[in-house]
Amino acid sequence: MGFKNYILVCGGTGCESSRSDQIYHALIDEAQAQGVSDQVQVIKTGCFGFCEQGPIVKILPEDSFYVQVKPEDAKELIAEHVIKGREVTRLLYNKAPRKAYEEVEDIKFYQKQLRIVLRNCGSIDPENIDEYIAADGYKALEKVLFEMTPDQVIDELKTAGLRGRGGAGFPTWMKWNFTKQAEGDEKYVVCNADEGDPGAYMDRSTLEGDPHSVLEAMTICGHTIGAHHGYIYIRAEYPLAIHRLEVAMKQAREYGLLGKDILGSGFDYDIEIRLGAGAFVCGEETALLQSIEGHRGMPQPRPPFPAVKGLWGKPTVINNVETWANVAQIINKGGAWFASIGTADSHGTKVFALTGKICNSGLVEVPMGTTLREIVYDIGGGIAHGKKFKAVQTGGPSGGVITEENLDTPIDFGGLQKIGSMMGSGGMIVMDEDDCIVDVAKFYLNFTVDESCGKCAPCRIGGKSLCNILEKITQGKGEPEDIKQIQQIAHAMRIGSLCALGQTAPNPVLSSLRYFPEEYQAHIHDKKCPSGKCKKLISYEINPSKCIGCTACSRKCPVGAISGEVKKPHKINGNVCIKCGVCKETCKFSAIEIH
Amino acid sequence: MAKLSLSELRSIREREERNLKKRDIHGRTVHVVVAMGTSGINAGAKVTLNAIADEVEKQGLGNVIITQTGSAYPNPEPVVEVFTPKDGLVVYGSVDKDAAIRIVSEHLVGGKIVEDKKIELKEEE
Repeated sequence: MGFKNYILVCGGTGCESSRSDQIYHALIDEAQAQGVSDQVQVIKTGCFGFCEQGPIVKILPEDSFYVQVKPEDAKELIAEHVIKGREVTRLLYNKAPRKAYEEVEDIKFYQKQLRIVLRNCGSIDPENIDEYIAADGYKALEKVLFEMTPDQVIDELKTAGLRGRGGAGFPTWMKWNFTKQAEGDEKYVVCNADEGDPGAYMDRSTLEGDPHSVLEAMTICGHTIGAHHGYIYIRAEYPLAIHRLEVAMKQAREYGLLGKDILGSGFDYDIEIRLGAGAFVCGEETALLQSIEGHRGMPQPRPPFPAVKGLWGKPTVINNVETWANVAQIINKGGAWFASIGTADSHGTKVFALTGKICNSGLVEVPMGTTLREIVYDIGGGIAHGKKFKAVQTGGPSGGVITEENLDTPIDFGGLQKIGSMMGSGGMIVMDEDDCIVDVAKFYLNFTVDESCGKCAPCRIGGKSLCNILEKITQGKGEPEDIKQIQQIAHAMRIGSLCALGQTAPNPVLSSLRYFPEEYQAHIHDKKCPSGKCKKLISYEINPSKCIGCTACSRKCPVGAISGEVKKPHKINGNVCIKCGVCKETCKFSAIEIH
Repeated sequence: MAKLSLSELRSIREREERNLKKRDIHGRTVHVVVAMGTSGINAGAKVTLNAIADEVEKQGLGNVIITQTGSAYPNPEPVVEVFTPKDGLVVYGSVDKDAAIRIVSEHLVGGKIVEDKKIELKEEE
């Protein structure tokens, strides 16, 4: 007698922080206590992507999608759903009643998605190698070891047109080919898992949900280019991903899918994990290699490129996690299949981490060429709390803003560059009308200034100077010449910085200047912040026609800036007010306005 | 000497694939719903459910979803609903273990409705 129900519990970092691990154990315990542990299998999977609604629990075969589940709900789920076959409506995402035999329509969040990289995330147990093998795992490795020549593998990648998902979009087959052709007795394969863009977490989720897909791809690469050693460089801030990788590597070694004479092919290959300390600059490939070697993580001039002179001075292929996760699928299904997805410029899919002021934040994977409008409105469900859309920041601190007018631009590497942003690793931060564009640019610059390694002057000094100017502007001390100076410094940083961190650091400022010049002008000339974010440029005032004198705000004000008689309009003393905004939150009559 | 040979890897895949497929519900067009309300269970619906599940597994039917429902029917229980693209919804009453096996082999496999167990479901609003 097989299991009648399968319960999939999300085991991604997001859901685990909301106690999904406790839910998992509670479900097992409850199934035991209620005597149905032989009928139901509880499986902890990788990230479902719908992080907004987590923790997520999915029960099959009914395909019931339960959201925001708590450990306390386990008892009811087992008693009602598993034993009595009644869905627990209050926990369902889609609460509309349906007949049991009705086709389940995909939740809107998933309708436009196409999952290649995340294909196994949320469906298999990442800590069980057998499940990965069952889902066509290590099939591509078989093919590469026994049926294909290294040149055929590279040709397949070339046909596929896979481009690096770390941000720059360099053709993967070229990297592999250069390294293969490079002379050298020893070569290396490196996985860049030093994901650092604010808001981006696709690499983490891929490693947590499907670690074997990366191990398999790295082994394929090793065989193709003639390397016997791989390194995964991952930041220590990703403990769960590291744990899953370690489990996966241990299981792969037990099966001999890593180690000596893999599957009897005579090919030896193994992988090591190297932990990074979380420096953003170590995502830059030359700095990353320095860090693996035990040096301080500082970028090196290129050329020589890693393909010629990389780790320990040997030819090295270095790809990002998401790039690796595509490889086995391309070998299995063929390059032509992959090339048929996406646009002429960029093939395949891209995973985006959708965050910010959006209804459905989460991890989405869409074919290249999907428009931002589809991502923000159809998948993301639009702007939260009925606010107005302002812009989306893509490409993290190296990218730029995309505004309403470009929402229908198909997203691919070239398309994003044309509108002044970039793909980057796929972070997408949505801003609404309450976000001040100058403030956002300042945030990203502060980030890159913090993360600059300080090796070259344009980045070290330029970044700090830009930051100071933006600070000045948000303080209301901006001068008309500031704009020109921003452009000059940005230009110098672009051409003078050693690595991409410095070269692209001014992008958020430049792109926001390009699309929101009037907002900069409002700060500089009118000394006003239109979105009411910059504290030095705003004042809180009470609208006497709306204030009923309930005294709620004056009681809450931490500095006693509000005075007035009961049942009569109150007043805020601007000299005392610290602009904390508590009064505005407290007022039930919308009487407090920002000017 | 390799730890795992190619054929061993393939046999692991074959074995595990069968288990994983049970979780894949996409493209399954045949639905069997067993009424498991209190009165249904009392009438033996649990035996019926197990018999159907075992028989589906035995016959290796990959396109069948078996689910339960809690609603009580004013009908001779145990009640089993079978939905196929060809015949639509068919409701069976008084489905014991033997009838359950017949439903699987005659209706699900053979495509022939088990007429003597068929009942008309009273519409309830």
